[in-house]
Amino acid sequence: MMEFFQSLLGPLWPLVWTLVKIVVIVGPLLLAVAYVTYAERKVIGYMQVRIGPNRVGPLGLLQPIADGVKLMMKEIIIPSGANKKLFLLGPVLAMAPALAAWAVVPFSPELVLANIDASLLYIMAITSMGVYGIVLAGWASNSKYPFLGAMRSAAQIVSYEIAMGFALVGVLMAAQSLNLVEIVNAQKGSSFFSWYWLPLFPMFLVYLISSVAEINRAPFDVAEGESEIVGFHAEYSGMAFAVFFLAEYANMILVATLTALMFLGGWLPPFDVAPFTWIPGFFWLIAKICFVLFLFLWFRATFPRYRYDQIMRLGWKVFIPVTLIWLLFVGAMMQTPLGYLFH
Amino acid sequence: MMKSLNAFFKSLLLIELLQGMAVTGRYLFARKITVQFPEERTPMSPRFRGLHALRRYPNGEERCIACKLCEAVCPAMAIEIDMEERADGTRRTTRYDIDLTKCIFCGYCEESCPVDSIVETRVFDYHGEKRGDLYYTKQMLLAVGDKHEAQIAKDRAADAKYR
Amino acid sequence: MNVQTLIFYFFATILLGAAARVVTARNPVHSALFLVLAFFTAAALWIMLQAEFLAIVLVLVYVGAVMVLFLFVVMMLDINYDTLREGFWDNLPFALLVAVLMAAEMAVVVAGRNFWANGSGVSPVIHGPEYSNIKELGRLIYTEYVYPFEIASVILLVAIVAAIALTLRRRKDTKYQDPAQQIAVRRNDRLRIISVETDTKLMKKQEVIQQTEQQS
Repeated sequence: MMEFFQSLLGPLWPLVWTLVKIVVIVGPLLLAVAYVTYAERKVIGYMQVRIGPNRVGPLGLLQPIADGVKLMMKEIIIPSGANKKLFLLGPVLAMAPALAAWAVVPFSPELVLANIDASLLYIMAITSMGVYGIVLAGWASNSKYPFLGAMRSAAQIVSYEIAMGFALVGVLMAAQSLNLVEIVNAQKGSSFFSWYWLPLFPMFLVYLISSVAEINRAPFDVAEGESEIVGFHAEYSGMAFAVFFLAEYANMILVATLTALMFLGGWLPPFDVAPFTWIPGFFWLIAKICFVLFLFLWFRATFPRYRYDQIMRLGWKVFIPVTLIWLLFVGAMMQTPLGYLFH
Repeated sequence: MMKSLNAFFKSLLLIELLQGMAVTGRYLFARKITVQFPEERTPMSPRFRGLHALRRYPNGEERCIACKLCEAVCPAMAIEIDMEERADGTRRTTRYDIDLTKCIFCGYCEESCPVDSIVETRVFDYHGEKRGDLYYTKQMLLAVGDKHEAQIAKDRAADAKYR
Repeated sequence: MNVQTLIFYFFATILLGAAARVVTARNPVHSALFLVLAFFTAAALWIMLQAEFLAIVLVLVYVGAVMVLFLFVVMMLDINYDTLREGFWDNLPFALLVAVLMAAEMAVVVAGRNFWANGSGVSPVIHGPEYSNIKELGRLIYTEYVYPFEIASVILLVAIVAAIALTLRRRKDTKYQDPAQQIAVRRNDRLRIISVETDTKLMKKQEVIQQTEQQS
């Protein structure tokens, strides 16, 4: 079957095959994004003693589709004073990194689109570009409040990227590799205590909290607090707004996946014994991603929003020193006989 | 010293955050109190102030005597009344309009009415598809009154002893 | 012409076009964005040269951090485009001179190494997929080039400290909160519960009043 297509397309085959793989990743991802919004409304509803959406379809399962159709039907309004090209480029630039980062994310030791050497660096580089979409959207709207929102968001993302980067340096020191597949394989052990969340516990916390800040979610949602604060996409409507929304949730799934891969052992089962090893690794990974996503929703239902100066204080004065000290500690420990604990 | 050390570890280990999450985590499994609105409704006070209605006497004569007290007292100026002397010598309205987009449902019209003519009913789930649909004329208000007279009378009777 | 050359020319065209627009674009924000595009395509070209570490670091540092701050500043500025373009023709000869000089210097450096000396130049070595140039770079930085590397990092540190020292000024009249202090407050620091003795005289008076009321 595959040989047939290969001979049919000739030199174009690698291109087509890569495209097919991209579609296979992006399709389910976008579906997952839709259902994360549904899960969010349900989980937060349940925590607020409500039951969440339940009218569209059985248990409200068709709600995200109804939302999508609604947004698609709406008009895209472009403000008359806006910079039209950049205004439309904004959502694209927000969405593209959120999807491009998935190129190197492994779903199992073999199942990865591009198993490159420096995949950890690649992900950091690509995700650091997500801020352009937000900054451009705020500026191109030619409106005060979106601009202020974009400024808040840009400063926040740039600040927390540093703490996040240091946390990842800890991971790469422990795994001695920048390749995500090798990072997961390095966590292999008899039980979940060998995953990196334990030896790198402060890093794990810093990474988890910084990633919440990085994706602009509660309690760090000052860029666009859905309930109160006017955010960077105040001037957007219809599908242009929906793309921002999709990007936000795609980023959410991405950081959840990265947390699962780097700190929670990726596709490794929690115990390396019979009943756990029967389940394919892919499902363990999905379960871990869902767990981290649930944590994000739980945070949102629990914590009040940070004040802006306190966000900055937390990032610069708490997280960066904590990660730096723990980096030193890990580095020193690796030179002692106890070093095996950190490998 | 010990106290500040204690506080330091408390904030470092995120104890208070975990306590907060425990609270919301517990409520995740709490019994839900959502009322499924069109099928279920919450109990309502007899003093509920919803859609307006004009009442009639049991013999079918409308109660309103066009004293215009309600028009005067209305803080939102939502009521407009014209009157005339009818052939039998009684004072009646020719026009009694309430603009529901202006109305703030304070209930002053009901309080001011000497003949219990204008009342506010329990109806709250009415709607209009055009802006004009929420401009209720005398006929519409009388129709509301005729439709809900039994409920209106019951509510007035229940509340009478507190007046 | 194979596919690789085709891709090279594709990226090279974008790079040159973007670089030209950086200079010619009227709006500084557009210029900054074209610079981002130029960096990005340059990174793509480096990846084609198997320098993936350098390429990714270029994106990470310049696109992800430096240009964001650049854009930040440029967007906040209220620029009058007309005054910006004033004196263009007056300064052109001098600017051209500098540009030609720079181009010449670059030509000498680049050409002397790679094109001039036939065969004696360093030709790129093609490595297999197992080869990791990150590891190679790390090894070189921390062994052969450890002193230059450390000196460079110290210079950068000095630059950071100097930049902070130059811009840091303490104003006495600013009021600010210290969150650490705020959350360290306990109830007993602020609230004092005291037990007040009951006023017996008043109690008696009230008793008398109550009695008289009951009698009447």
